[in-house]
Parts: sequence; C-alpha cells; structure tokens
Amino acid sequence: MSRSRIADHVRTIPRSGIRDFFEIVQSMKEVISLGIGEPDFVTPWHIRESAIYSLEKGRTGYTSNLGAPRLRRAIAAYVESHFSVGYNPHDEIIVTVGVSEAIDLALRALLNPGDEVLYHEPCYVSYSPSILLAGGVPVAVATRAEDEFTLRAADLEKSITPKTRVLMLNFPTNPTGAVMPQEELKKIADLAVKNDLVVLSDEIYSELTYDEVPHHSIAALPGMKERTVFLHGFSKAFAMTGWRIGYACGPADIIEAMMKIHQYSILCAPVMAQEAALEALERGQRSMERMREEYRLRRNLIVTSLNEAGIPCHLPKGAFYVFPDIRATGMTSKEFALKLLEEKKVAVVPGTAFGPSGEGYVRCSYATALDQIKIAVERISDFVRNY
Amino acid sequence: MDSLIRLLRQNAAIPRVELARQLGVSEADLAAKIEKLEKDGVILGYQAVINREKWDPDAVTAVIEVRVTPEREGGFDRIANRIARFEEVEGVYLMSGGHDLLVVVEGRNLREVASFVADKLSTIDAVQSCATHFRLKTYKENGRAHVAEEAPERLAVTP
Repeated sequence: MSRSRIADHVRTIPRSGIRDFFEIVQSMKEVISLGIGEPDFVTPWHIRESAIYSLEKGRTGYTSNLGAPRLRRAIAAYVESHFSVGYNPHDEIIVTVGVSEAIDLALRALLNPGDEVLYHEPCYVSYSPSILLAGGVPVAVATRAEDEFTLRAADLEKSITPKTRVLMLNFPTNPTGAVMPQEELKKIADLAVKNDLVVLSDEIYSELTYDEVPHHSIAALPGMKERTVFLHGFSKAFAMTGWRIGYACGPADIIEAMMKIHQYSILCAPVMAQEAALEALERGQRSMERMREEYRLRRNLIVTSLNEAGIPCHLPKGAFYVFPDIRATGMTSKEFALKLLEEKKVAVVPGTAFGPSGEGYVRCSYATALDQIKIAVERISDFVRNY
Repeated sequence: MDSLIRLLRQNAAIPRVELARQLGVSEADLAAKIEKLEKDGVILGYQAVINREKWDPDAVTAVIEVRVTPEREGGFDRIANRIARFEEVEGVYLMSGGHDLLVVVEGRNLREVASFVADKLSTIDAVQSCATHFRLKTYKENGRAHVAEEAPERLAVTP
C-alpha cells in the first residue's frame, strides 16, 4: 500500500522554486511584481486582428504535423535574414507549442538513458527537469558575475565526459540577461565539434539585445548547423506568451525524430496561433522594435536606480531581466525575497530558483510598466537601507 | 536623439530626472539636448492632448479640402501661409490628390466655423473651391485612444 502511484522519475523531481514563491505572492494584496517572466505588452493589435480574421475565414482544422507550410516558409526566410542560417522549410523546421515543447521533443529525441546534458547556470527553470524527464543526467556549469554570466569555454570543457551528448545554451539568458561574445561562442562551438555534441540553442530572447550589441547564433558558425537545433518562438519578441507558439530548426534527421514524438503527443500546434505567428513574422518588425526600445529605457532606469541605492547591478545586454547582487545585505536570496515581499510588498524571484549558482542574487523583470518599476525600486531602496 | 523625441511626444510632462535615467544620460546633457532641439525649431512647443467631447461638447472641428490656383512665383506657399495665420486654423497641409490644401479649423460652435469658411476662406482670390467636413466623434488623437484598452490580468510570478 505504501507504493506511490506516481512514477519515481516524476515524483523525485523537485517542485519549481518559482511555483512556491508564486503561491505566497498570490496570497497577498497590492503587491508590485517584478517577478513576471513575460512581456507586459498585450500582443500587438495587427497580430490579434489577423488571428480574428483567420477565425472568421473558418481556418480551424489541423495543419501539417510540422506546421503550416506557409508559416514554415516564413520562418525559414526570417531565420535566414536575422540569423544567417538557411533551413529547408520542407524537412528542417517544426512548429511547436512554445519553445518549451521543442526543448522536450529535442531532449527526448536525442537522449538514451544516462546520457549527460550540459547547461549553464543560473538558467531557465525547466532545463534540469526536462533533461530528467527525458532520462538524461543534467550537468550544470556555473557562470560568474565577473563575466556578466556568460559561459566560459574553459569551464565547459572541464564538465565534458565520454557520456556527454548534448549542450543546452540560452543566450540572451533568463534570468541574467547575458549575451555571449562572439569569440567565446566560437570556442564553445569548437568544443562541440571536437566532442561530437549536439547543441540545443534556445534563442527565445534573441531579438531583445540592446545598445547595438549584436546577437550571434551558434548555428551560424562553421560546422555547427549540422549539430545544432535552433530553438525560437514568438513569446518574448512579439509579446505572444499565451499563444504557445515556437519552432525548432535543425538537421532533417533530428527534426524527423522530434516530429515523431510531436505527431503522437500533440499532432500540431494550434492553427490560430500559427496564423498569428505568420502575421508577426511578415509585419511584426515595427511593433517588435517599439517594444524593444521601451524595454531598453526601462532597463536603463532600473539599473541606474538600483546602483544609486547601493545594490550592485550590471547593465545586462539582453532579455528583460536584471540580476542584482544582494550579498551586501547579508541575506540569502530567498530571505531577501521573502522579507522584501513581507515588508515592502515587492515581488522579486530568488536567484536560487534558477540554480544554486544564483545564490546572492535576485531576478527583477523590467517587463513591467514604468511607473510600477519606479515605485518598486523606491521600496527596494528603502528596504536595503535598513540592513 | 530619436528616443528623446519619442519619449517627449509620448509625454512631454515627464520629469527631466526620469527622462535622463531612461536615456542613460546626465541631467545636464539632457537639458542641453532639449535646448538645442528647441532652438533649432525641431521642438515647436508642448501641448496637452484633450478629450474635446468631455471638455467642450459644443466645440466644432472641421477639415476643409481646398482647391487653390497656384501662383507663378511661390506656388502654394504664400496662399497657404495666408490661410495659416487665421486664429481658427489649427493646421494647414499641402496634399497630393484631388485637392491642394487640407485646412483643419476649430470653432466654438458650428456658426463660427461656417462664418470662417464663407467669409474668410472661400473669398480668397486664389481659392477655387472648399469642401468642408465636420468631425462627429473622436476615437484616437495624437496617438492616444479615447477609450483605453483594459489591462488584462497577469499572473504575479512566472518563470
């Protein structure tokens, strides 16, 4: 009777640190939240309007398993022009239910039990659990504040073993906003080639880099296209989180394997979201640039204000998060976040929710209205003055 | 510079300290930039955006399509400037298409606008014809919607 009816490999996965924190925040009133990992903008009207139009036209059926051919062609053109990598829309692109599904598909398609997967930390909360659920062994490589949380090839190399099969990258990074310098990215690509690794490159924030810092995809480096699964979507750049629409581009054999899992578990991404995605690619550039500019201004304000308040915070080059250093308060990340919430009603996410190497930091999202950010930063300044 | 203009167009009343922080420049640099824009005539002034239906429901706005005989020297400029000087005139634009000038006129009531068109505008020698259209309702002005979109609910913490 004592046997759990939940499978061991699911039962043993810890709950997300974000989830615990979310429940505390939910129970309180009038909290200003800098804990939200999604754009505060509503999806641009022209995209919503085009989805409404597609419903009026009665486009409500299944699409091809890989995604609507028109959308795949648009994705191929977009990726070619923005990332300088060419993919064949016929067999090298699959449209998925967000990048989250694409990560799961890729890991399940690539891993045999016991295969090791490298990823850099602090990182997005789903990486380690997704690896575990796919039967792999997660191996975290810590990044450092002095490198602005970019990944050092030398650190990565130390963690490679004969069992390493896959390397997961996420630049610009949630939660640190790190953007990889091209030189270091090349060294990482060399390591991938030398050790025959497949790279899953989650580039969901790639449109959101600031101050003319260019984003480079590892897939565009020599010898990398044939070993990289390029993952991207619409959630962040086009403020479309709730539409759940993303895609993977990669070598035909990997896409075919991912498609097998996708066709039996999902069948196809929702047709309405695919229609909206097409509109975003064809005419969304202007609204994307407007939102990016707004994020850039907010980033400047939040970084300047936090530093003025005596909370060291580097100027992140991408995404929409700042990752200030709260060690001077003598509190752990979790203590800091809980006390700040209790005393000042401001929600930030403890850095440890993104892995143990996030200790000493908290994540503040600036995908929040500017007046809210201003009040939040004032309250944080008041808070740290007392410690 | 583009960001500065964009922010001022969005909200000219934004405190200068905050503007400087958003742009990542010092307050002194910002003040110098704004002064230069004003001096160069890039920034012509600062105005409030008014919901006229709330402020003065009787006020009338008309857009008037005007056909004009251009002059041998000066084309449309002299006549356009002459029209622009009237106090009732809010805007004058040279247009492509079926008419030449588009004139935006504001009056306290219908009679005031009618009298401007009949007595002042259409009596100018070079003016061949006027087609006057009255505004019935405003939905958006200067980039501001009159009915704001309701903010959707968001989760308080997400990954």
